[in-house]
Amino acid sequence: MAAVTAGSGAGSGAAGSPEARYYGPATAEAAEAAPDPTDINGPHFDPEAFMTKVRSECPLGQLLAREAALGREIRALDSDMQTLLYENYNKFISATDTIRKMKVDFRHMEAEMDDLAANMAAISASSARVSAALQERHRRGAQLAGTGPGRFTGADQWGVSRGGCPPWGADPLVARAARERVDRYLRALQTFFLGCLGDVRQALAAPRPPGKEGPGLPDLLATLAASVLGQLKAVLAYVQLFTARDVAFASLPYFKGEFCVTAVREGLVVAFVRWLCRTARGFADGPAERGAPAAPPALLLLLARLCLDYENSTISYILTLTDEQFPPQDSGPAVTPGPALCAEARAAAQRLLDHYVQVQGAAVAQMLRKSVETRDWLGTVEPRNVRAVMKRVVEDITAIDVQVGQLFEEGVRRAQSSDSSRRAFSVYSSSRAPGRYAPSYTPSAPMDTHLLSNIQKLFSERIDIFSPVEFNKVSVLTGIIKISLKTLLECVRLRTLGRFGLQQVQVDGHYLQLYLWRFASDERVVQGLLDEVAASAAHRCLDPVPMEHSVVELICERG
Amino acid sequence: MEDDAPVIYGLEFQARALTPQTAETDAIRFLVGTQSLRYDNQIHIIDFDDENNIINKNVLLHQVGEIWHISTSPADKGVLATCYNKTSDTKVMTCAAVWRMPKELESGSHESPDDSSSNTQTLELLCHLDNTAHGNMACVMWEPMGDGKKIISLADNNILMWDLQESSAKAVLSSSAALEGKGQLKFTSGRWSPHHNCTQIATANDTAVRGWDTRSMRQIYCIENAHGQLVRDLDFNPNKQYYLASCGDDCKVKFWDTRNVTEPVKTLEEHSHWVWNVRYNHSHDQLILTGSSDSRVILSNMVSISSEPFGHMVDDDELSDQEDQHQEEKIKEPLQDSVIATYEEHEDSVYAVEWSSADPWLFASLSYDGRLVINRVPRALKYHILL
Repeated sequence: MAAVTAGSGAGSGAAGSPEARYYGPATAEAAEAAPDPTDINGPHFDPEAFMTKVRSECPLGQLLAREAALGREIRALDSDMQTLLYENYNKFISATDTIRKMKVDFRHMEAEMDDLAANMAAISASSARVSAALQERHRRGAQLAGTGPGRFTGADQWGVSRGGCPPWGADPLVARAARERVDRYLRALQTFFLGCLGDVRQALAAPRPPGKEGPGLPDLLATLAASVLGQLKAVLAYVQLFTARDVAFASLPYFKGEFCVTAVREGLVVAFVRWLCRTARGFADGPAERGAPAAPPALLLLLARLCLDYENSTISYILTLTDEQFPPQDSGPAVTPGPALCAEARAAAQRLLDHYVQVQGAAVAQMLRKSVETRDWLGTVEPRNVRAVMKRVVEDITAIDVQVGQLFEEGVRRAQSSDSSRRAFSVYSSSRAPGRYAPSYTPSAPMDTHLLSNIQKLFSERIDIFSPVEFNKVSVLTGIIKISLKTLLECVRLRTLGRFGLQQVQVDGHYLQLYLWRFASDERVVQGLLDEVAASAAHRCLDPVPMEHSVVELICERG
Repeated sequence: MEDDAPVIYGLEFQARALTPQTAETDAIRFLVGTQSLRYDNQIHIIDFDDENNIINKNVLLHQVGEIWHISTSPADKGVLATCYNKTSDTKVMTCAAVWRMPKELESGSHESPDDSSSNTQTLELLCHLDNTAHGNMACVMWEPMGDGKKIISLADNNILMWDLQESSAKAVLSSSAALEGKGQLKFTSGRWSPHHNCTQIATANDTAVRGWDTRSMRQIYCIENAHGQLVRDLDFNPNKQYYLASCGDDCKVKFWDTRNVTEPVKTLEEHSHWVWNVRYNHSHDQLILTGSSDSRVILSNMVSISSEPFGHMVDDDELSDQEDQHQEEKIKEPLQDSVIATYEEHEDSVYAVEWSSADPWLFASLSYDGRLVINRVPRALKYHILL
């Protein structure tokens, strides 16, 4: 709009003709219309005529308003112009800067390009030197073998000699370089494994929002195993490449025989598997420094399963793969047989599983111990409930059952025996067989209690607290339950109970028997231990009057 | 006769307390205290005739309560101390007292255990150890090789040293120390070191082992977290003055050099449940006896940390550590630590094992069902050590 010119044209009388020239055709039309000197926006604007007209036509109010409006317009136009000017100048300046920067960058790039060219030249020069030197050796080698220098020209682009090489031993430089490379790969594998373990521990320890399930152990195990195996395969591929690319070396007998066996199979694969077993097993030997946090039980379980899987299948898979890619010599140095590695893996798995049982057993046992040590067994009142700690024990053991079940198969349970003749001697037994005991049993002579408990022992098998744990869920759970109940027994024997204390033990024992028997491989184990707890509690009681069995059942049902 | 077979004696009650008759160095004799809440408690004096492999017993009545700990005077064959429970309807208090047995029983008798006319005799109470101010007594220790006048008792978190005066008719508290700290601290057991002129004791509380100087009643050293769980028992190596062994509920036995308490010198993990007792053999400190609630007694050969790691040297009876090193030229391979034997004659938790003070190759073990088993070190090893 011609407002720009109008703003600056408030005091200029020669506004007409330059604008006409400037604005060209648009104003030509306006010029064809009647030239109106009072049109403030027109090309023929005449301020005198305008002012006369306005003075005569408009009332004062209108005049003042028009003046104010004009003033505003002028200021607005002014600032617009300034902004436009400023922006235009800014654009020019930044454009200049950019161009300057580009100049500098291009100068740098030029310098680097020059360096690159120099390096490439140097590399191709030394590469030419190396292949020249080796060509010399190959030629000499071919000569020694009796093949003429002419045969050497059958080399392909990689410089591979088509002729055979005599078994005059490995080039020590090459051998050392290869071994160092393999060592580096081994260390990288070890670091990778430790990194994976760290991730697993973090995943296990991460706080979860309530209601959301934590990472499943099978998933974590699958990820860990797959990552490690993947990395191992990748490393083998790299080594394969190393031997393939510098195939000038690869045809040396060292690479065909000893390298495959010593460096790759033994120095890398076997060494890594051994290290993995040792490291996993190390978690079962307690923390490195006293006071450092011990490994979480889930980790122990996971590593046990990993080692077991290694023993079952992974080791033979890895060894087969290695042997395929790096075929061993028949007359080469001795190899570690696969079964030996599998034995190491199994030993590690066993140790980890035993330790898991110990740790979890100790955790449950600690709850039971505290509950027995802190209670006033003499002054306690008649029991109305099962003690809360027993419910927690059942909950914890159920949770452990779930955890172990994620990674290990169920196992075999001994069928429930119908032979209940031995129940007759469990005088204070909290078994489900009602009416099998006398309500108020008091021994008439010291021999009787002793004789009874000895006869009971004759019929029950001696419970071995720490028979080695097998790789199935019921065996693990049985081990944990045995430790817990044995602890309960030992703690009860250290206290003195009143009549109601004994009855509370009776109620608690029945509750445990109701809910724990299904976790054990043989319910007689649970029964036997609980019987011993009851018997010891009776011995430690000042006034042993057991509760009616029906009442015990009622209390346990109520929960 | 090649007779390493164990000899078994059964008490009719539960029992936990066992001690050799310390002052008796000719005849093999042990004392066992019973734990019964409904019948009069007894102390059985077990006399072992090792020529005929038979046991003779005498029974003393200990009517004041069930016995948790028993120990005998090193000077007077007839004097012993017991820790027993005094029960009322609302409270149980463990007290300690010093007793004298009838004169004729001091040197044993020849009544066979089948003798039905076993006339039980009574103990003569000499004095009580007044613990109204201190708490439940855990154990009473006599000053080793002392004159039988000084004893130390552990009561809750207190160490109490007593002087027995007027022929042990009076016990006067001569000094005491208390373990400060949060929570209910309680000593589980203690042992008086035979070294340093009998001025040091070691105590176990919770998972810590502490050493104390009895002259100042101050703590000298502390082995924190000696075991992962409760420490049950301690014993000092009779031949190496800075070495002690501890055992606990983490199923382990650990050996310590008290000059460096950060790491155990050796750890044994042969038991599968709580280890209640550990005992060094009085003469040959490579023989370690341990009893556990897994019902087993294990005899271990801890040669590498004993005073004779390279076997018996013909000329030297008192070898110190430094002398060992000087003799390296004439030395054969150091022997390996190993488990010598596992004794499985018990069917219930073993709460006490003790070496005899008369025969260094013989020991007794006691399980909760009242079974006392007397066993020997296997002959082959005995000759190997001696020759």
